[in-house]
Amino acid sequence: MLGKITDIETMGSADGPGVRLVLFLSGCKLRCLYCHNPETWLMKNFKRTISSAEVLNLYNKYKGYYGKHGGVTFSGGEPLLQSEFVLETCKLLKENNIHVALDTSGVAENYEEILDYVDLVILDVKAVEKFEYKKITGRDISEFNAFLEVCQKKNKPLWLRQVIVPGLNDDKEHVEKLKNFASKLKNVERVELLGYHSMAKKKYLEMGLKYRLEEVEDMDKTKLKQLQNLLENKKITR
Amino acid sequence: MNNFKDAWKGFKGTDWKDSINVSDFIINNFKEYKGDDSFLRALTKKTQRVWKKCEKLLEKETKNGGCLDVETKILSGITAFGPGYVDKDNEVIVGLQTDAPLKRIVNMYGGTKIALKALEAHGYKLHEDTHKHFTTYRKTHNDGVFDAYTPSIRRARSNGLLTGLPDGYGRGRIIGDYRRIALYGIDNLIENKKLDLKGDSIDCADIEENIRIREEVSEQIRALEAIKTMALSYGFDISRPAENAREAIQWTYFGYLAGAKENNGAATSIGRNSTFFDIFIERDIKNGILTEEEAQELIDQYVIKLRLIRHLRTPEYDELFAGDPTWVTETIAGMVDEKKSFTTKTSFRMLHTLINLTPSAEPNLTVLWADGLPENFKKFCAKISILTDSIQYEGDDTMRPIYGNDYAIACCVSAMKQGKQMQFFGARCNLAKSLLYAINGGVDEKSGKLVVEGLEKNTQEILTYAKVRKAYSEMLKKIAKIYVDANNIIHYMHDKYAYEASQMALHDTKVERLMAFGVAGFSCAVDSLSAIKYAKVKPIRNEQGIAIDFEIKGDFPKFGNDDDRVDKLAQELVQEFFDCINAHKLYRNAKATLSLLTITSNVVYGKKTGATPDGRKAGVAFAPGANPMHGRDCTGALNSLNSVAKIKYKGCCQDGVSNTFSIVPTALGNSVNDQIENLVSILDGYFIQGAQHINVNVLNRELLIDAMNNPWKYPNLTIRVSGYAVNFNKLDRAHQEEVIARTFHEKR
Repeated sequence: MLGKITDIETMGSADGPGVRLVLFLSGCKLRCLYCHNPETWLMKNFKRTISSAEVLNLYNKYKGYYGKHGGVTFSGGEPLLQSEFVLETCKLLKENNIHVALDTSGVAENYEEILDYVDLVILDVKAVEKFEYKKITGRDISEFNAFLEVCQKKNKPLWLRQVIVPGLNDDKEHVEKLKNFASKLKNVERVELLGYHSMAKKKYLEMGLKYRLEEVEDMDKTKLKQLQNLLENKKITR
Repeated sequence: MNNFKDAWKGFKGTDWKDSINVSDFIINNFKEYKGDDSFLRALTKKTQRVWKKCEKLLEKETKNGGCLDVETKILSGITAFGPGYVDKDNEVIVGLQTDAPLKRIVNMYGGTKIALKALEAHGYKLHEDTHKHFTTYRKTHNDGVFDAYTPSIRRARSNGLLTGLPDGYGRGRIIGDYRRIALYGIDNLIENKKLDLKGDSIDCADIEENIRIREEVSEQIRALEAIKTMALSYGFDISRPAENAREAIQWTYFGYLAGAKENNGAATSIGRNSTFFDIFIERDIKNGILTEEEAQELIDQYVIKLRLIRHLRTPEYDELFAGDPTWVTETIAGMVDEKKSFTTKTSFRMLHTLINLTPSAEPNLTVLWADGLPENFKKFCAKISILTDSIQYEGDDTMRPIYGNDYAIACCVSAMKQGKQMQFFGARCNLAKSLLYAINGGVDEKSGKLVVEGLEKNTQEILTYAKVRKAYSEMLKKIAKIYVDANNIIHYMHDKYAYEASQMALHDTKVERLMAFGVAGFSCAVDSLSAIKYAKVKPIRNEQGIAIDFEIKGDFPKFGNDDDRVDKLAQELVQEFFDCINAHKLYRNAKATLSLLTITSNVVYGKKTGATPDGRKAGVAFAPGANPMHGRDCTGALNSLNSVAKIKYKGCCQDGVSNTFSIVPTALGNSVNDQIENLVSILDGYFIQGAQHINVNVLNRELLIDAMNNPWKYPNLTIRVSGYAVNFNKLDRAHQEEVIARTFHEKR
């Protein structure tokens, strides 16, 4: 089984603990307003294929740098849309004692077994309320909720992430809501806010796609830090 | 050896008491520290006062065009100058090169021409009598060298094929084991040297060597006496061993200071002292006579003194080695063996000076990185690197098997056993230009002159790898011979006319000598070979038939992408060049070593080199040291590191493989804690492959551009360039632009 990917980051430092090999898989059902990887939307737009064995080889090539804390992260796109490849690769990685993280929106199927081979779920919480979720992603929140429930049932460690967009959710109220949401979950290790940036605008133009946040400025770093501090004042894990 | 009950009270071990053996003393007495940095303290009032005065003086020096003052009447010498102070009442470590801070010394022994030129450039004139006496009665190193240089050396030198040769000033890169003064006292060391002269233990079969060594030891004894006299002028009797931490640091520093008064070598490094100092500090703290604040005060003030070391340089020198560097390299940490490290609280204190006294280029703080270093120390190093960009790292697991566990780094990357090995510094050979000579039949592409004889001119329309590579091998053989001849002459004359008696006095009499050769234009030469091999390279020739430019069709693998097709060419090239050098006999039976280290001279050497087959245009800067060419390592930071890590250290580049690595902060992680942990992982991963050196800069390109345009906003912006750190503002525009053009590894 071959995976279809758009990119590989050999020195991933933001998607899971330590330094990691990050695979960006093709395909996603969501069309988020702020998506900075529109090239991953359609599975057929993949850049190359990769086998499970190649992933392991690549990991081994840089093993020294990944050390005790690092590992492999499946990102995308929505990695779970290629569940067969992800499952096969996760199994191989776990056989080799490699830490596996899954960077997902949860909007997919066939993930139950995969989760058994995943050490960490980095869950992209687009929004916690139905209406807003739909506004950002164009889909209903129910699939996300179902995925989260399975993660909770399987006691998967979670990193929650939310992209903060000026004028959309960059206020105290939104962050408090996220905090409240997180506090009701178990195994939450981190809640991270990611600042919106407009660097993907060029990609949209090249692909002939309309950029929907034309008027929106990049998220201010200081303000983002202040919002992040709101989350860190209290212990979040239940 | 005299036994000193008071000075040595509480110290364990016996070997070091019977004969000079600082290493044995350290191993028997130091306490490894595995804790974190929470014990560290801020500046004391005294240090604040001293440092404030220094900051004002440093500012004045910058405003004055980079030189505050020069002593024009008295020439260099250990006892030539009276005592000098910054702020006598508040200095806990004393001693300046001359009688006033930042006042530079004129050293004529290396060569009068360069010394006078440097004086003139700064608007000074040597006192008439001094000038007259010296030039009437003395011959210099420079005079001697030019009496002996062959025509081929002169041609290679003036055409920029051999560059930066230390033939007109001090060669540097010699580290005295200054700790010996603190542990044994000067009188003990004098006694030992006298014993060497008494019998026949130092005699050898070679008549000339035999006489020379006896003369040298006598000079060493006089130098030791002079160090004692100099220290006494500051009110300290260093004939006996140090009795407490302050004395241990002061005694050691006096030894170093003597060398910096006597010599003006490019790199005058100080050795590996923090763990040695820690033993004295720990004893004093245990005895209740020293507090943590006072311990930090000693280290801070020691470092202040090292920040004030200056040498008088010409504008040409400054162009080559930008930012007025002195390479007061202080080597920190490393391992005793696979299990135990030399990390102590003073390793932390030494790095903490970058916080207490703001970031600085000097001393050149060098951490010997090893897999087995305590995690807390690794994290502390990464943290200080991220905050200050002022540390370089060198692979202890790579060097320790060769140099043992008591070596130190001279200059940027040159390892040597302390007190047991010295180095004949031999600058570098331009390998990119050498390749052009192989194509152009030994004719220089810029001057049009025949520089290297006996090479065939290539007339191919499209260069073939087999033909060019064969001609390159011939060229390497020829230039290696010329290069060795030059260095043999230089060091013969340096020993004769500018012998570093004070530094050599702090070595064993039977010293092992290394002769360090070097390479410039390394990755440019490698990419050029790759282009010829994998793409189509068509030389554009002038009417003389000299290739002055190249047309390249097709792509080719480039060094810095972990691609064995080209990385193998790199490995072969350095091994071949080293073997060519190693085939020759060296002066005083020195052992040849090789480095991939340009310091900042990659800019000037690039300027002197025509267009190369890799597509680099004439005059464009080379990459520094072993770095991939700017922007060509485009498949990720780890691939760039892996390519450099493949270059063999042992048995090939044993004088160092310098890599300067710039990464933007967010590429290391979102939070500072993540960045620290990830930088530790990257360093571990790099060194575990047998890599030798890395400079780490964690900063954004935008910041450097802003600093270039608005220097006043960044008075303390320190960055690592190549084997040393500089204040960014002290670089000229060409060097600043070169640094900005380097690959910054970003998050993708």
